[in-house]
Amino acid sequence: MPVSTSEVKRRAKTFQRGIDLPHNKHYTDGKAVERLPLPPFVVVPLRQHAGETVEPTVKPGDHVSAGDVVGDLDDRWCSAVHASVTGVVSEVEPRPFGDGTMVPSVVIRTTEQSREAPAFAERAGWQDLDQQTILGILKDFGIVGMAGAGFPTHINLAVRSKIPMLIVNGAECEPFLTSDHRTMIERTDAVIGGAEIIMRCIGADRCVFGVETNKPDAIEVLRDKTRNNPAMEVVPVAVKYPQGYKKTLLRAITGKDPPLGGRSSDVGCIVRNASTTAAIYEAVALGKPLYERVITVSGPGSVERCGNYLVPVGTTIRYVLESIGVRAEDLDGYKIIRGGPMTGLAVDTLDAPVVKPTTGILVMPPSAIQPQHEWINPCIRCSACVNHCPVGLYPNEISQFVEAGTPEAAEGLHIRECCECAICSYVCPNYRPVTHLVMEGKAMLRQRSR
Amino acid sequence: MYNPKLVVTRAPHIKIKVENTRQIMLEVILALLPATAMGIYLFGGNAAAVVVAAVVAAIVTEAAVDRRFSNPSEIFGDGSAALTGLLLALSLPPSIAPGYAAAGSVAAILFGKVLQGGLGKNLFNPALVGRAVMMVIWPAAMTTWVSPFDGATSATPLISGEATLSALFLGTVPGSIGETSALLLLAGALFLNIRGRIHWQIPFFFVLGSVLTAVAFRANPLAHVFGGGLMIGALFMATDWVTSPMTPNGKVIFGIGCGVLTVLIRELGRYPEGVTYAILLMNATVPLLDRYLKHKALGEA
Repeated sequence: MPVSTSEVKRRAKTFQRGIDLPHNKHYTDGKAVERLPLPPFVVVPLRQHAGETVEPTVKPGDHVSAGDVVGDLDDRWCSAVHASVTGVVSEVEPRPFGDGTMVPSVVIRTTEQSREAPAFAERAGWQDLDQQTILGILKDFGIVGMAGAGFPTHINLAVRSKIPMLIVNGAECEPFLTSDHRTMIERTDAVIGGAEIIMRCIGADRCVFGVETNKPDAIEVLRDKTRNNPAMEVVPVAVKYPQGYKKTLLRAITGKDPPLGGRSSDVGCIVRNASTTAAIYEAVALGKPLYERVITVSGPGSVERCGNYLVPVGTTIRYVLESIGVRAEDLDGYKIIRGGPMTGLAVDTLDAPVVKPTTGILVMPPSAIQPQHEWINPCIRCSACVNHCPVGLYPNEISQFVEAGTPEAAEGLHIRECCECAICSYVCPNYRPVTHLVMEGKAMLRQRSR
Repeated sequence: MYNPKLVVTRAPHIKIKVENTRQIMLEVILALLPATAMGIYLFGGNAAAVVVAAVVAAIVTEAAVDRRFSNPSEIFGDGSAALTGLLLALSLPPSIAPGYAAAGSVAAILFGKVLQGGLGKNLFNPALVGRAVMMVIWPAAMTTWVSPFDGATSATPLISGEATLSALFLGTVPGSIGETSALLLLAGALFLNIRGRIHWQIPFFFVLGSVLTAVAFRANPLAHVFGGGLMIGALFMATDWVTSPMTPNGKVIFGIGCGVLTVLIRELGRYPEGVTYAILLMNATVPLLDRYLKHKALGEA
């Protein structure tokens, strides 16, 4: 029996606190994924995951094909990096990453302009692989979390005991972004196939797809295609930020919370993002490394040809924007965000590349840019941040301890549990950089504990 | 290749709509304007002079301390000083000399705010600190009340006990400039509540605490609630963000404490009015309430 949209919304599960954001997904949520023309060159950083920089395995002059390994390191915490176009390696050198730092990168000049994806042969017997084999494939094929953090997936899934439940994270709660949404609609089979692989890998007997109710078409198609699988269920979750954080999604779907400092596996769950799940399918079943991804290019009415585009990893932001008609000459005074508007990075150069965890590129015109002070205003104790913090913290007090140079005092206030969703800065009427202060406090604590 | 000058700032890159400290302070001032207008209508020109003197003195004092005079557009600041001055003026007797009111404002800003660390760091409500200072310096002037319209010297209904409930509710009784009309104060507070600026807990439990205590003393609870400064105190002073608890449970305890202390001071103390000291005393408990009544973090046992 079909379920009406309003009924879905009424039933939608969620978590405490959080906030309603103007989600601005209408710009791109109806636009099918398009492959952009291949860029003349790509800059593939050798660190695209939360871990050590990998060593280059190619040198200038080498010919590489899309999907060839160009960087790897024999370290459990590393994930391999692959050529994203077919061409010639021109440089192996540090290149601007966009955050002010230089990261060792492999620059490849494209020689083959074929717009067709190279064919990868289906891996024989992929349905019956054991955990260790799957984990090895994920590491060698460069699978990392594609929703922002870039945590190596082979580490997440290396569980020692059986984890009963997999949650596929299709919440995509940040405004503007629609790449997960389009992936769930257009590559539904890959998302479901990836979920089956993860379930086998962690020994799960149940899989829940958590999708925000502002994506009714994704909910419907996932329901349709999992109808005959009793182990799989689609659970609509409320449109609320940050519904896509793993602990808030876990709370919405299971009603359980991992203990402080704990992981979702402590309550018998693994949470994986939908795009990553599709990439897992392509790596394990089709033998395709993670070297290209879908990104949303959007902004508050600022990008005429906004949409969802499939681009090779290492494509520069400059190329992405210019190939859809946004000229660099027109961007003085603009802010270009890699990622979403709440947690994304304002890049300092258009030469910064799209990397594996890049969900989108946002073009913010001067009129949409919030002024940011050099100084820090005082907290006026309105407690808006407390009332909205999804983790139940006291960001007002934590930020004041950090300001005073005593982050240790904030440890008792569970500063380490902060998910950096940035709601506290978003709501602060006195324009305090609350999130930034909390992140700074975490960094200070990490440094002092060394 | 052209390299545009990109703006680089910290996340988040979007901001909640039209929310800043000045707008919020202006909203609170707006909520107090009906009661202010009523006070001037009831008590005449001197009341207007007191309001102007207190507000101007507060703004100027803070601007002087912050050295904000170079830019005229910044003298008003975030609006919190103007609000302090207005709240103080509304809590003063209508016949008081405007110069006293100005001096009270200077004390409110200096001792109630900047010397405690400025907005956000002050433990005590600045307007009430100003009022407490004035009570010590000018005890007679601070307790001389006049009747509405004719200006004849009169006792407050708290002492005389002579006032109909409807007069108390509408405000046509002797009292401080802005405290007499419960109706207009309630309307202003309702506006702030709808705008999400104040929560219901503190005023509700303030009133509840005072009613229960009045009953215990066999006093008329309605006279306690609507006479004197209880309504303006409960709705606009005890709800000050900076000096009230941030958790719902803390607000409940804080509100009850304010109500109980107000009636205890009125019934047992030598002052006819108890709101000022009740709120100041409860202000002192806020750090403790905030510390022990926190909600749990996600996953905290």
